[in-house]
Amino acid sequence: MKKIDAENLGYRELNNLLHECHCDATVTNCLGQRFIAAGKSSYNYVIEGISGNALGAYLNGSTIRVNGNAQDAVGDTMNAGKIFINGNVGDAVGYAMRGGEIYVKGSAGYRAGIHMKAYKEKKPIMVIGGSAGSFLGEYQAGGLVVVLGLDKSKKHIVGNFPCTGMHGGKMFLRTAPDSVDFTGRVNVNHASKEDLEEIKPYISTFCKEFDVDESEVLNAEFTVVTPDTKNPYKQMYVAN
Amino acid sequence: MGIEYIYPEFEVVRNSDRCIKCGVCQRQCANEVHKLDEDLNVMLSDEAKCVNCQRCVALCPTRALKIVKSDCRLRENANWSDSTIKEVYKQASSGGVLLSSMGNPNPLPVYWDKILINASQVTNPPIDPLREPMETAVFLGKKPEKIERDENGNIKCDLAPQINLPVPIMFSAMSYGSISYNAHESLARAARELGICYNTGEGGLHKDFYEYGPNTIVQVASGRFGVHENYLNAGAAIEIKMGQGAKPGIGGHLPGAKIVGDVSKTRMIPEGSDAISPAPHHDIYSIEDLRQLVFSLKEATNYKKPIIVKVAAVHNIAAIASGIARSGADIIAIDGFRGGTGAAPTRIRDNVGIPIELALASVDQRLRDEGIRNNVSLVVGGSIRCASDVVKAIALGADACYIATSALLALGCHLCRTCQTGKCNWGIATQRPELVKRLNPDIGYQRLVNLVTAWQHEIKELMGAMGINSIEALKGNRLMLRGVNMTEKELEIFNISHAGE
Repeated sequence: MKKIDAENLGYRELNNLLHECHCDATVTNCLGQRFIAAGKSSYNYVIEGISGNALGAYLNGSTIRVNGNAQDAVGDTMNAGKIFINGNVGDAVGYAMRGGEIYVKGSAGYRAGIHMKAYKEKKPIMVIGGSAGSFLGEYQAGGLVVVLGLDKSKKHIVGNFPCTGMHGGKMFLRTAPDSVDFTGRVNVNHASKEDLEEIKPYISTFCKEFDVDESEVLNAEFTVVTPDTKNPYKQMYVAN
Repeated sequence: MGIEYIYPEFEVVRNSDRCIKCGVCQRQCANEVHKLDEDLNVMLSDEAKCVNCQRCVALCPTRALKIVKSDCRLRENANWSDSTIKEVYKQASSGGVLLSSMGNPNPLPVYWDKILINASQVTNPPIDPLREPMETAVFLGKKPEKIERDENGNIKCDLAPQINLPVPIMFSAMSYGSISYNAHESLARAARELGICYNTGEGGLHKDFYEYGPNTIVQVASGRFGVHENYLNAGAAIEIKMGQGAKPGIGGHLPGAKIVGDVSKTRMIPEGSDAISPAPHHDIYSIEDLRQLVFSLKEATNYKKPIIVKVAAVHNIAAIASGIARSGADIIAIDGFRGGTGAAPTRIRDNVGIPIELALASVDQRLRDEGIRNNVSLVVGGSIRCASDVVKAIALGADACYIATSALLALGCHLCRTCQTGKCNWGIATQRPELVKRLNPDIGYQRLVNLVTAWQHEIKELMGAMGINSIEALKGNRLMLRGVNMTEKELEIFNISHAGE
């Protein structure tokens, strides 16, 4: 594994070094450099410090670990691979991701998991340990969004308007169904044991990665949200 | 149901002396207008279903058919036109939002037709393009401000990636899904033969068409359908779609029923799932955010592809273009309000956006005034109908033009404006296999090649008449243009003189 000191490097220089090394790499002293590992399909990366916007955009198979916080647009349009953030993330994490897994130890900003989709064997997974901001899972078309609410200092597990425009996939929130205001066009239910089986492997990965007690995480009430197909978002049109 | 308020718009006129009851019209009409009554041995028509696509007319072996506009009209009223009243009826009976296809058909000003081109006489002789070399090639992308040399006097060539076109015309974005496989194949093959580019739209790139990559522009829109690493690296350039001339400010919704088979595979979403393109990109709220998407695409493709940002022509387009020119984008594509679409709400299509001619004139001027014109190339579309429109656009400051409606016309489209039904009898705007196979890509691609080749000849002829032998010398050369029937304000925006001045 190659070590790259990012101090005093601009994002283009840093990404060039990552591009040219053709091997796994650890980036130290990262301080907001953008677009790290954008579109990468091979090799794995460890980032020490704070990664800048669009970390792992269009990611296609690599694994990225950030030991620190990450900024906006982590995993934008990601197709495959894994991203672990040992801290908090900014806005729009996992925008339009089609595959791969994103794990965030802390909390996420606004618009996490917007327009996530799934296709055949591709099913994007996002697990957020803390809370999520407003517009969580807006336009969600597929995949799984899980928010655990482990940060007890936060009053709400999610901000306003979660699941607006949801038309596919599932969302799990580690809270009671009546504690969150949802749009009228989704089904909100208490998650059954069978429901939880679906997310257990990902919770397990989360807990191992971030050294969290798995039984404590699972020993709580979960809410599962799915789109209400009987009441979809569609406009009534008449041919003119 | 109550009374049908709307009398059919068209009449099917069948010459019974000529009709041999062969049934071709019945087999050809996906709208099921024609039907043979076997008991009476007579061909009948249900005119209410007719969209006037002229398929039956073209294929009737005895020329027994014509479709005419019905002269059964409501009482004339300059305020309440026939179509306005019928739109009210349609909405009152359905409760639906009016949905239309193709470009704005209303009689709003077409400025191309109010602009005239100069020609040389006496002092500055015209050039005969048949006997003298004429250059119509253009390069699209960011241009250096000045020539720089190293210590040995050699030119430092550190040029940003460019698209090289032998003629300043490209086929603009039409997704696989909105048009058929055979239509896409025709466009791709024609683009390769002509050395120009076609555009995937936001429907992804079918696996069969990766071989046309060097002549493909791949689009990234708000839904990010079909976008992945290989797709981004497949094309000659990447286009970020912010807006479309036919429907500025609104997104798209391809219903799940149309997401079947190869369309599902190419968009990379499950069959039957709705394909929703949100109105905004949810990660773009500022020029700085746009810059981030531009550079994330550049990073993912190692700075080898020019990035195009496509926007609709709207009121504040000059300021918007100025922002885009500072975002790191290499090319700005502007789509005028007469641009086509597979489906758009009628009210949006007919009332939102501005003419491309005015948008182009003000954008080119603004970028020059701010000294950033060389940051970007300008590509304009949204009704470029012919070679003289192209020449006028170049003279107003465009680097190249996007064409789509005229390309579809070349493939056989008859502009019946009912693409949204998916029952295109010409095999273009449909996914029904029995209709798609009516468009033969071997013929279709040749017709597209013919069209663009013919336009290239005409462009050369118009340039020759002006005494210009390189299209670069025409670019932004507004002295070559004069206005007719324009107000002072219009002339001021175009920055051209009135004819006679």
